Amino acid sequence: MLHIINFAHGAALMMALYGVFFLHQKAGIDPYLSLPLMVPAMFAAGYVLYRFVVAKASHGKDENILLVTLGIAIVLENVALTLWKSDTRTIETGYTFTTVAIGSAMIALPKLVAFAGAALVAGLLLAMIHGTDLGRAIRACARERQGARLVGIDVEHVFAMSFGIGLACLGAAACFLLPAYYVNPQVGNGFVLIAFTIVVLGGMGSFSGALLGGLLIGVVESIGGLILGESLGQMGIFLIFIAVLLFRPQGLFGARA
Amino acid sequence: MRQLAAIAAFAVAVALLPAVTSSGVVLNMAIMTLYAALLGQAWNLLAGFGGQFSFGHAVFFGTGAYAAAVLQARFGWNAWAALPAALALGAAVGGFIGTLSFRYGLRGSYFALVTLAFAEVFRILANNVQFTGAGVGLMIRLEPGAARFQFADKAGYLYVILAFVVLGLLISWWLKHSRYGAWLQAVRDSEDSAAALGVNVFAVKLQAIMLSGALTAAAGVFYVQYFQYIDPSLAYGPAVSVEALLGPIIGGLGTVWGPILGATVLHLLGEATRGLVPSLPGINLIAYGVLLVLMIMYLPRGIIGLVKCSRP
Amino acid sequence: MLQALNLSKRFGGLAAVQDVSLAVPGGAITALIGPNGAGKTTLFNLISGFIRPDSGTVRFEGRDTTALAPHAICRLGMARTFQIVQPFAAQTVRENIAVGAHLHHRGRREAIAAAEHVARRVGLHAQLDKPAASLTIAARKRLELARALATGPRLLLLDEVLAGLNPQEINEVLPVVRGIRDGGVTVLMIEHVMQAVMNLCEHVWVLSNGRLIAQGAPREIAAHPQVIEAYLGHGTAERLLKAAHA
Repeated sequence: MLHIINFAHGAALMMALYGVFFLHQKAGIDPYLSLPLMVPAMFAAGYVLYRFVVAKASHGKDENILLVTLGIAIVLENVALTLWKSDTRTIETGYTFTTVAIGSAMIALPKLVAFAGAALVAGLLLAMIHGTDLGRAIRACARERQGARLVGIDVEHVFAMSFGIGLACLGAAACFLLPAYYVNPQVGNGFVLIAFTIVVLGGMGSFSGALLGGLLIGVVESIGGLILGESLGQMGIFLIFIAVLLFRPQGLFGARA
Repeated sequence: MRQLAAIAAFAVAVALLPAVTSSGVVLNMAIMTLYAALLGQAWNLLAGFGGQFSFGHAVFFGTGAYAAAVLQARFGWNAWAALPAALALGAAVGGFIGTLSFRYGLRGSYFALVTLAFAEVFRILANNVQFTGAGVGLMIRLEPGAARFQFADKAGYLYVILAFVVLGLLISWWLKHSRYGAWLQAVRDSEDSAAALGVNVFAVKLQAIMLSGALTAAAGVFYVQYFQYIDPSLAYGPAVSVEALLGPIIGGLGTVWGPILGATVLHLLGEATRGLVPSLPGINLIAYGVLLVLMIMYLPRGIIGLVKCSRP
Repeated sequence: MLQALNLSKRFGGLAAVQDVSLAVPGGAITALIGPNGAGKTTLFNLISGFIRPDSGTVRFEGRDTTALAPHAICRLGMARTFQIVQPFAAQTVRENIAVGAHLHHRGRREAIAAAEHVARRVGLHAQLDKPAASLTIAARKRLELARALATGPRLLLLDEVLAGLNPQEINEVLPVVRGIRDGGVTVLMIEHVMQAVMNLCEHVWVLSNGRLIAQGAPREIAAHPQVIEAYLGHGTAERLLKAAHA
């Protein structure tokens, strides 16, 4: 919504995944129960990161934000590499292999929970954006930054809050993701462009668009993998990204920047 | 023309290096620094002078690298003959991406991300196509000989990369002193104003990305000749794209010497961290990331920008 | 020299320019005036190729330029300035003007020399080495003017080149504009500063709500009831008339 393109999105998810991993390894906390720990922690990290690093770097140009978050991503990825080596780690819980029958398909329980979790988070975000003062402030800043300042909104604070919320969502995502997935220092890279593709496809500034975009991309990825084979199918996502940016930059539901 | 004299002096100084030392380590460091500088110079053409920041410059690098590798390994071409073909291909890819991106008005972050997407597409293609050796990659047969663009000792490679870098310096100098360069920098600073002053913005941007693509492809060819091997993630992976942008940002965007200065600083920093903390191999990358963040925060115009500001 | 014929442009529901026709005579200084939001800058954008009209044509020196890109129109001899100035901030005044000069001068040295010459004409000679970002608003406006002038136009479109200047600065710019006309360049200005319009211009067009409501010599326009209404509100013309006779 605020056009802060965060290149460290993937790396932040990676760190969150490690957080959930170690909470499970060292403290025995179930990933889903780590939610109340991860979400606030990631929010705080995001807020601080924005306020003290990203905000200072922007100098008014979009490219600078992309570059500085790239720098942050490089640092995070290599710190993880140095601390935890490049081994892929997974966790096993009591329900890792449980499946649920839906119709004629057998769906892994963790993936089902992740789906529900994602929908819940999306719903909460929508409610926040439309129902709370902060949400209104965010929408105001997105529309007209100077005007928002004039009516007394602390724009820097609002941006930092949004960034924090974004990272908090990653914290939640990590809790839902780890049971069905894995973590290593490079895991973030795969997510960055997919995340951007979803946002651009759904339309910048539209949560429902992002939700729909996510569903569409998931379908494309699966079908692409089916038709073209696992690795070639990945291309489909990038091609969609390029196509959307070229031919319909406002996405499905977004407003033209 | 003091700048031209400086370029000549630089060329002579570096060319004398093999006469002063026979240390493989030192020569290798010089070669890798110049190689990074070349990547940076090519990126700087489009970003520093043209204002179009690409996050996927690997797409040009990989194309040049694979062109050299495929033409030699599959078609038996001589490496020197493959060079112009690689340059042309690099320019062609630039033309393709540029035509699409600029025709549809992509700027700023969107352009950066689209170039990254193209690099990824090329990487996946290279990974899955037998023509490029798929995931296994391609190897060039070891046959030392200047006529085959392979050298038994490092000095030969040093001269070649030096020649490319000097070419890059001359192109950058030319951008600062020519009509095209004035138009390109005008487009960077304000597209509308440039258009109102008679500048064909689309054509200027397209020429810039093609020039940048060709020069980056040259770096790709050099890489293949030096390391005798290429694979999809080396060719089109994000590491090259990042390496291309680090030097100019640290040294100074849109300047003649920025990329070389930045590449030197980065390699020295890398040596220093490797020397200080030898047990942790990834430390130099962390240092690069931190340096990038700090530069964008406090010195967005790079080291040269700092020097310029401090002059009265 | 310049003919706009039935130009119209809508943005969504807003008719920014409605069926405007005007003919700019060569060798004169003329003005386009009207209250804010009347569509003056949109008209400039239509004429200079930055926006395509929904209908109507633009003819410059007998040639249809309606569908041409801005840079092509500039090359034909029509240059324009922008209301919100956009200097090449990272470059010096000299380098800024040189970009314009390069249109007709291929070599760097000639372009720089031509730029310095234009700077002298416009009064920026003392600031040639300064970075454009460090200039005052008055100097930036002058730089905008100089850049456009450096392209060697036969018609110069000035968009509020006096906006934001104090009276002294305005008085310094007026002779520059006159000098440009005396040098053989036709000038069409969008202006709000009436003193300048009265002083400089031979012919004035008045735009209001996208329509041309009046045109003529400045003195006639000032007394034109519809013009007064457009600026000062409905019924003002009558009230002023009554007050004058009271």
